Order: sequence, then C-alpha cells, then structure tokens
Amino acid sequence: MKTRAESPAVVYTLLALGLSYFAVFMLLPLVVIFVSAFKNGVGPYVAALLNPDARSAIWLTLLVSAVAVPLNLVFGVAASWAITKFDFWGKNLLITLIDLPVSVSPVISGMVFVLLFGAQGLIGPWLAEHHLKLIFAVPGIILATMFVTFPYVAREVIPVMKAQGSDEEEAALTLGASGWQTFWRITLPKIKWGLLYGVILCNARAMGEFGAVSVVSGHIRGRTNTLPLHVEILYNEYDFVGAFAAASVLAFLALVTLVIKTVIESRSPELQSNRLKKH
Amino acid sequence: MNKNRLFPGFGLSLGYTCAYLGLIVLIPLGTLIWKSSSLSWREYLDVVTSVRTLAAFRLSFLTAFVSALVNTVFGFLIAWILARYAFPGKRIVDALIDLPFALPTAVAGIALTAIYASTGWIGQHLHKFGIEVAFTPLGIVLALNFIGLPFVVRSVEPVLQELESEVEEAAASLGAGRWEIFRRIIFPAVIPSLIAGFTLAFARGIGEYGSVVFISGNMPMQTEIAPLLIMTKLEQFDYAGATAIALTMLIVSFSLFFMINVLQARSSRRLGMEA
Repeated sequence: MKTRAESPAVVYTLLALGLSYFAVFMLLPLVVIFVSAFKNGVGPYVAALLNPDARSAIWLTLLVSAVAVPLNLVFGVAASWAITKFDFWGKNLLITLIDLPVSVSPVISGMVFVLLFGAQGLIGPWLAEHHLKLIFAVPGIILATMFVTFPYVAREVIPVMKAQGSDEEEAALTLGASGWQTFWRITLPKIKWGLLYGVILCNARAMGEFGAVSVVSGHIRGRTNTLPLHVEILYNEYDFVGAFAAASVLAFLALVTLVIKTVIESRSPELQSNRLKKH
Repeated sequence: MNKNRLFPGFGLSLGYTCAYLGLIVLIPLGTLIWKSSSLSWREYLDVVTSVRTLAAFRLSFLTAFVSALVNTVFGFLIAWILARYAFPGKRIVDALIDLPFALPTAVAGIALTAIYASTGWIGQHLHKFGIEVAFTPLGIVLALNFIGLPFVVRSVEPVLQELESEVEEAAASLGAGRWEIFRRIIFPAVIPSLIAGFTLAFARGIGEYGSVVFISGNMPMQTEIAPLLIMTKLEQFDYAGATAIALTMLIVSFSLFFMINVLQARSSRRLGMEA
C-alpha cells in the first residue's frame, strides 16, 4: 500500500472534493425529504399518511409489487436455468433481449401499453367489446411495472448460476435425482443470495416506478394512484408536507433496500465483484 | 453436447422464458413499430423536425451530455477515494452511492426542487447571486447528476480495485513519479470503464423523466425535455406524434447500448487475454 500512496496533501484534497460532492448531491436530497416531511411536526406527518388517498396508494403500490416481483422472479430463474445449463442457437440474442427494457425511457415503457390496449390501440377495440379495461386501470399499472422491472432478477441470477457451475447438479442427476429434486435441493440453495439480491432490486424499482406508471394510470385518486403518483399529485397541489410524508415512506424503503443489498454483498463476494455489469 | 442431454427442463425453461419475454416485452415494443409503420415518411419528418420537437431533443441531449461529463469527472474521483483510501464512514458512502437506483425518481425530483428552488436550502443563496437553478436547464443537469453518478462510480470502481499493484510498484521502483504513474499506467487502464460509465449515464439521462419534470419547469421550447413532450402528446391523444418521437429516442438509446456492449465485450476480451 505504501508505494501506491500519494502525498497527504493530495489525499486530503481528493477526499475533501469527493466527499463534499457526495454530501451535496447525494446526502442533501435524502435529508431534505425527512426534514420537509416533519416540518410541521409529527401530527401532520401521521395525518398525511393516514389519509384515505394515501392509504389506498400504499395498498396499490404493495399490490403491484406483490404481483410483478414474483412473476419476474419465476421468469428470472427459468431464464437463468435455460441460459446457463444448455447450449442453444441465439443465446446471446436472448440475453440482449432480456436486457432491453433497461434501455427504454420510462415514458416509452408506459406508452407502448397505451398503444396496445388503449381505445385507439391494437387490441383496444376488442377489449372494449368485452368490457375489459386495462389502461387507466390497475392491470395496466401492473403490466407497465412488469415491463420496467423485467430484467432485474434474471440479470442478477444468470451470472451467479454461471459462476457456480453445474458439477453438483450433474452428480445429483447421475445418481438418479429427478430434475425438480435437483432444482429445489441443490440449485436453489446455491443461488439464494443472488436471487434475494435480484428480488430486492426488482422490488425497489417496482414500488418506485413513476414515469411508466404515470402514463398508464390515468391518475384516478383512490383508484389508480400508486405511492409515487400520490407524491406528484400532492406536490402539484402545494401540499408539501403531504407530498414529502409520502416521499419519506419511499425514501425509507430505499434505505432499507440499500441496507439489505449491502448485507447480501458482504455474504456473497461474487455479487460484489459482478455488480458493475448489471446497472 | 452431452450437457444438453443430461439436464432436464430445456423445453420448459426456454419455452417459458421466450413466451414471457414475448408477452411482456416484445409484443408491447412491437406495437410501437407497428404504430410507426402507419406513419408516412412525410408525417414522421414533420413531427421530428418541428421547432418544438427539435428544441426538446436539443435540450435532452445537451443536458444529458453535460451531466454525463460532470459525472465522469466526479464519479471517477469518488470511485478513486472508495477504491484507494480509508476514511471514516466509507461503508456508508459506498452503500449510499446506489441511492439513485433505489430511490423513486419522483422522490428525487421533489427533493432536488426543494433544495434548488429560489426559496430552497441552496437555491436561496444562489438566488442572491442571480443564479437560478430550478426551472432552468441548469436544474435539469443537476437532477441528471444525481441520477447518473452511480453508473460511473460502479463502472470504474472495480477496475481501480483490480488494477495490479505490482505494475505500479515496478514503475515506482524504476523511478516514475506518482503523477507519471497515474497518467501513463492507471488512467489508460481506466479509460474503457470511464467511457462505459459516461455512456450509461448519458443514455439514462436522455430518457429520464421523474427526477427532471419537477425541477425543469416544463416550458415548451425552453425547459421541455423529450420524454415530457411524449407525455404531452399522449395526453392530447396525438398518438402519431408521440410515436414518432418515441421511435427516434428508442433508436438512439438502442444504438448507445449496442455501443456499450461492444465496448465491454472488447475490454473483457483484452482482460481475459492478460489473465
């Protein structure tokens, strides 16, 4: 370490510069959320969260992630199994396609569902005939969230499954274990940290998605408002304490996510060394 | 391939993967292509080259570019101190760098506006010097600085950590100064990851919506970003116009991500040869 060290003056200057930038651009936004939420004390804060609209927004947010995350979890495991255990034509194309939603702007992610299911959409008229309402309703919100969070579990589990290899599975199968037995008893315990890692990142994005959900929700109060949309409505009505109170719940969830993420990284070193490729 | 015969579930796992991918991602994205095929070239160009659209594109690309540059400099600096120096609270700083990935964009948006509005914590002091941040392009750049920082830090940090200390030590024992080692050994090794981080931050910045719309003021021709213009057109049921702009943005971001993939494949191949 000694030969790699700069002079103390350089070290302290770099530390001061880097940490001040971090404090102003990362820490301050976090602090301002909680300070603004409690600006008028605890009473108005609690009242803002117990408000029926806020409560229904919290419920809808929980519902959306309770549907989207497990579905993307099952997909992520299936995709990882197919990609790491078999050789087939077009594998690289498949990996690229799985990552596709990450590169799509949130507004466009929501818009494609309006083009598909909306009144002027591809199958909109058919849906209207059968009295099915997907857009400006809860199913549209769930679909847009599934699109946005689609790759999150897969892109965490694929590298983990690949890194761990298939020797144990091969042994089990050769000794006569069935495919499902091998999966439940050997593969799943091996990938559990990677899986959990993907799930918490997927969940954070599912609960916090704003742009895509904003396009498909129709902003119907108490019906199609998720927590991030609730924040926007209150903010635009100049109810700052209410907006920041709702925002503080989401910020708290983000902090919990980061804590769990850090704990998992310290338990599973391969996740830490892999984490660059995934964002 | 013996591997393919031993493992069960090939048809099930690949079939499910492809079906789910098709339903959730490919068919919806395909709808955008289908919708744009109903536009003639003339209609497409009319939308994309209208004064308002061009202003929105210029703003989105320019602010994303400037902010990606700022993030490349400070992201490199923060990755450097995280990889090389010990300081109190390092673990917390390291964990909080990922905050923009975990914090909903709308929450970041209202927090930044509260800080930089002319009555805000920092905004009121800047206001005295005649500097306005909220509701100007500068505000958009600051919002994108928040969103884009982790892309650069997380691209560069592992490269700095894995850099062989022997090479630096050898250079030092041959009499190279610290600055010379940085300039001729460390910096060239980091360049590919800096470019990757820059491109990721830039691509994210172009499409970013939630963190920007609160601080940008959304004035057509002045502070209206391209994703917001799509939103406006959708609200006016101008689906053809929205489609034309969305298609253009999609082509740009797919090209950028293709570039990143090529870059990463190339640099990992080079690292693989060295190992």
